Amino acid sequence: MRLLRRNLVVIAGLGTLAYLILPNIVVMVFSFNRPKGRFNYSWQTFSLDAWKDPCGAADLCGSLSLSLRIAAWATLGATVLGTMIAFALVRYRFRARGAVNSLIFLPMAMPEVVMAASLLTLFLNLGARLGFWTVLIAHIMFCLSFVVTAVKARVMSMDPRLEEAARDLYAGPVQTFVRVTLPIAAPGIAAGALLAFALSFDDFIITNFNAGSTVTFPMYVWGSAQRGTPVQINVIGTAMFALAVLLVVGGQLVGNRRRKSAAR
Amino acid sequence: MTATEAPPAAPASPPPGPPDPPVRKASARKRLVPYWLLLPGILWLLVFFALPMVYQASTSVQTGSLEEGFQVTWHFATYWDALQEYYPQFVRSLLYAGTATALCLLLGYPLAYLLAFKAGRWRHLLLVLVIAPFFTSFLIRTLAWKTILADGGPVVGVLNSLHVLDVTSWLGWTEGSRVLATPMAVVCGLTYNFLPFMILPLCTSLERVDGRLHEAAGDLYARPWTTFRKVTFPLSMPGVVSGTLLTFIPASGDYVNAELLGSTDTKMVGSVIQTQFLRVLDYPTAAALSFILMAVVLVTVTLYIRRAGTEDLV
Repeated sequence: MRLLRRNLVVIAGLGTLAYLILPNIVVMVFSFNRPKGRFNYSWQTFSLDAWKDPCGAADLCGSLSLSLRIAAWATLGATVLGTMIAFALVRYRFRARGAVNSLIFLPMAMPEVVMAASLLTLFLNLGARLGFWTVLIAHIMFCLSFVVTAVKARVMSMDPRLEEAARDLYAGPVQTFVRVTLPIAAPGIAAGALLAFALSFDDFIITNFNAGSTVTFPMYVWGSAQRGTPVQINVIGTAMFALAVLLVVGGQLVGNRRRKSAAR
Repeated sequence: MTATEAPPAAPASPPPGPPDPPVRKASARKRLVPYWLLLPGILWLLVFFALPMVYQASTSVQTGSLEEGFQVTWHFATYWDALQEYYPQFVRSLLYAGTATALCLLLGYPLAYLLAFKAGRWRHLLLVLVIAPFFTSFLIRTLAWKTILADGGPVVGVLNSLHVLDVTSWLGWTEGSRVLATPMAVVCGLTYNFLPFMILPLCTSLERVDGRLHEAAGDLYARPWTTFRKVTFPLSMPGVVSGTLLTFIPASGDYVNAELLGSTDTKMVGSVIQTQFLRVLDYPTAAALSFILMAVVLVTVTLYIRRAGTEDLV
């Protein structure tokens, strides 16, 4: 009993962690289910069918590849624009700095439905055709602020004297930027890009408003909740989870080895 | 920073020979650098974030129909009508979002504390386990809650045999021996979906707390709980504030959890906006509703920030 009380924080923390992981375990387990009927909500029998044929459900892989394409372009756009803004904000003093800061902050402090609805009014008024391009425009818009925040944090902690040193050693502005500034800022830019990719790939609300009849992966999942969920959705969810864990753990191992060899 | 320091440094590096004009020209061009850097991104935000708000404002005071077209008639009554018709959904949204935020804080704090102070060499693994669920699409994970909370499922069974559901039904959170399609399911889903947004800021601000302060408090005969209340918690306030904002704001506009885990009695204002916009095609009402939501959120957040008093947010 005393042991329990002393470790209360640890137990409560692990309980929360279990709450966070539980749905992922359910998704994993139900990817091996052979459902009766259209919905995959109750356990029937073990089967590998869905894993053998992940694209078996109609239109599923099409929506997945569309989401990946949109996320890739949105990441590129938001990262380039966001990095430029972050550098301007950290490195220069200029008028309207406060206004720019609030314009960056506002999209993050706005419920998604509000942005989604207002963007749709714009597109409707302009008579734009909803689809790939309107979704891409929307995704770059809401990812931008997050990239700026991530890159800003990194650039702020950078020592400007390193760049001065490069200039003193007769590096031109371009050379200084490519050889000194960019490598130091890279982790921040990478974090921003990763965040943008995840946000864009997973976005439902803004996409739902501005996609017209285009179906991204989250919209496919949403539709399937009404029509009947194919097991393949769980397969893809599980694969994404496993891939993420592998990448992080792998990166950790490489990092450890590098640190060890650097210490030697 | 560099821009203001550059002028005094510039004459020092080249030999004293060159005349003034080229230097002034270069610095004038330099002064424009930040504007060129900002231009594309800010333009994007102005055109696709700020301008849509203007369009939405004008839509909200229009009248008309889809067939005959909409005209701006400064019909402000739309706001009043919308509020009158949908205030239950507004109240419910704020209530659910507030409850979910409180639950996130309650559940997230121990885990953030564990990560910051107690995890040791397990820290990285635990952090991976906090972030990794993100990589499965949140809709898939929300659908998984349908399985977990299913009527004949183990969770409902356990809660039923412990007579928890009797109490929650009496409180109006659940109905009979069901959890799915009740307020409890929606709040559970909201809490689950936004929990990581609470844990990560809490964790960063707890990591900044100096462990020696705990020792000092212990040396001054503070019991662990007192140390937490007087030292740790106040120092983690920036994390608490940004965590609650990052949970409350998106939760108040969310309609995914209400639609997937709830019923018609648990609809939140996001659902109403979505239905009005995409199905009923009553654009003025939808626009007015989303403006009211924005105003309510902004006012709540401003009051909260003023009360919690942190500056290092933006």
